Amino acid sequence: MTSAQTATLTDDVVIDCKVDKIFYGNFLAVRDSDVPIYKNKITGFIGPSGCGKSTVLKSINRMNDLVRIFRFEGRIHFEGQDLYGTNVDPVSVRRHIGMVFQQPNPFSMSIYENVAFGLRLNRYKGDYDARVEEALRGAALWKEVKDKLQNNGMSLSGGQQQRLCIARAIATKPTVILMDEPCSALDPIATRQVEELMIGLKSEYTVVIVTHNMQQAQRVADKTAFFSVDISQGGRTGYLVEMNDTGKLFENPREQLTKEYLSGEFS
Amino acid sequence: MSASLSNQQQQNDGPIAVPPSSKDIFLDRTFRTFTTCFAWLTLLLIGYIVWEIGGTALPAIKEMGVGFLTGTTWDPNKGEFGILPQIWGTFYSSLLTLLLGGSFGIAIAVFLTQDFLPNKIQIVLKSTIELLAAIPSVVYGLWGIFVLIPLIRPVANWLHATLGWIPFFSTSLSGPGMFPAALVLSIMILPTVAAISQDALSAIPDKIKEAAYGMGTTRWEAILKVLLPTASRGIFGGLVLGFGRALGETMALAMLVGNSNQLSLSLFSPADTLAALLALNFPEASDYETQILMYAAVVLLFITLAVNIIGELIISYSERSGGKK
Repeated sequence: MTSAQTATLTDDVVIDCKVDKIFYGNFLAVRDSDVPIYKNKITGFIGPSGCGKSTVLKSINRMNDLVRIFRFEGRIHFEGQDLYGTNVDPVSVRRHIGMVFQQPNPFSMSIYENVAFGLRLNRYKGDYDARVEEALRGAALWKEVKDKLQNNGMSLSGGQQQRLCIARAIATKPTVILMDEPCSALDPIATRQVEELMIGLKSEYTVVIVTHNMQQAQRVADKTAFFSVDISQGGRTGYLVEMNDTGKLFENPREQLTKEYLSGEFS
Repeated sequence: MSASLSNQQQQNDGPIAVPPSSKDIFLDRTFRTFTTCFAWLTLLLIGYIVWEIGGTALPAIKEMGVGFLTGTTWDPNKGEFGILPQIWGTFYSSLLTLLLGGSFGIAIAVFLTQDFLPNKIQIVLKSTIELLAAIPSVVYGLWGIFVLIPLIRPVANWLHATLGWIPFFSTSLSGPGMFPAALVLSIMILPTVAAISQDALSAIPDKIKEAAYGMGTTRWEAILKVLLPTASRGIFGGLVLGFGRALGETMALAMLVGNSNQLSLSLFSPADTLAALLALNFPEASDYETQILMYAAVVLLFITLAVNIIGELIISYSERSGGKK
């Protein structure tokens, strides 16, 4: 990338993500996307479908490694090491970088056990009840579920399930939380609740959110990265068009493509 | 519709909905009646079988009462009949089978559903395991006698010689016995348990798997802590079916279990089961003995029905308490 987003690695950048190429088999899915993720900020990824925003997001915590034909070229620096370095275990990457998915996906176990899952996984030795309560409060769900912690997590409404998943993700206090279109399966009221929650999370966590909803990016994101699809070489390759402070990007985009997308001239 | 359209066009473009014809309604009703009849027929059939067998057994039940269930001798010459060793043998062999076949079946299901293998090999293996169900039980019995027993006898006898103080190894394996029978039964229930567990595991939505890996589980942790518990209801159903099959299996057991009236914890001792007892004694039974065997049949029927009903109850209970309220 050209301009300001060639951020030098400062203390503020918690993940320095430089994607050269991402392949699925022979298919080039994403190219040339440098996306620095700033500490205690919400970074929004926007762009049309197929632009690779989710692919880039899932590369950050190496979820894409679950796809057998996935191949990553580039580097993602996090806490002084390259997440794609040879001695890095994807499992431990995912324990440091939590994820919330598009579809609420609580486990079929009690609300309590859903939140305690990560604690048990990391063999946490402290006070489980306190941690579970803290996480549920952090996810703005405590008041609704405190009297039914033993009920199955699947018994909650969609919006509550998604907040339960957020609670599950923050219970282990990961450094970064990735959210892949976390509100796309929720109604407007639940969406608003989750958005408020995200803004609340900022003080403690760094959040990256993929959204197809530009208003949502404007409402919650401090920085916004706009991705687009390049169909010039016959394929459909996603790439970063520009990244900037959300206000600047929406009011005064540098690139013509961004301008057109934001004004709804193509989607 | 705009006025410029001709009548013809109006007819073509207008709504074409008509109520179902009387023929449609007739077919629908007939179909419904038929299916209802068949559903009730199954119920009637079970009732009829229980009634008929119970009726034949009734004189014996009246005469022998509960003593039949606790007696340990079976001697037609002296007129002494008791089926405690057979009840014990039925449960013991089935539980062993459940333990062996169940754990292997679930392990196979995990192995074949969790991307350990390329897709093609997975499919080949899956159908191969299902083929196990196509082997007739008499063939299993023969294989057990001529291949399996000679194969495991040295191991069994070594276990008896070195660890004979453990009740399970307290006798040597001279030929047919509990363990070879249970081993063959395990292979027989394997396809049932494996197929149903595979279905249960592959029915888990991908998003649940993603959630587990997203939390940073290793593959092992994802399987053990998330996927198996999520699929537990289906897997349990498979185990109940397998257990039911093991309780009622006749031919292979009659050939392998030893048909000896013994009540022993030893894995290598010959034993007997209800089904084997029935199969082997009917051909030469007098009318009186037939009544007694019918009593034993009632007991076996009761056990298998009870196991299946209890299984169903546990499944539906866990369904209710397991969320989705």
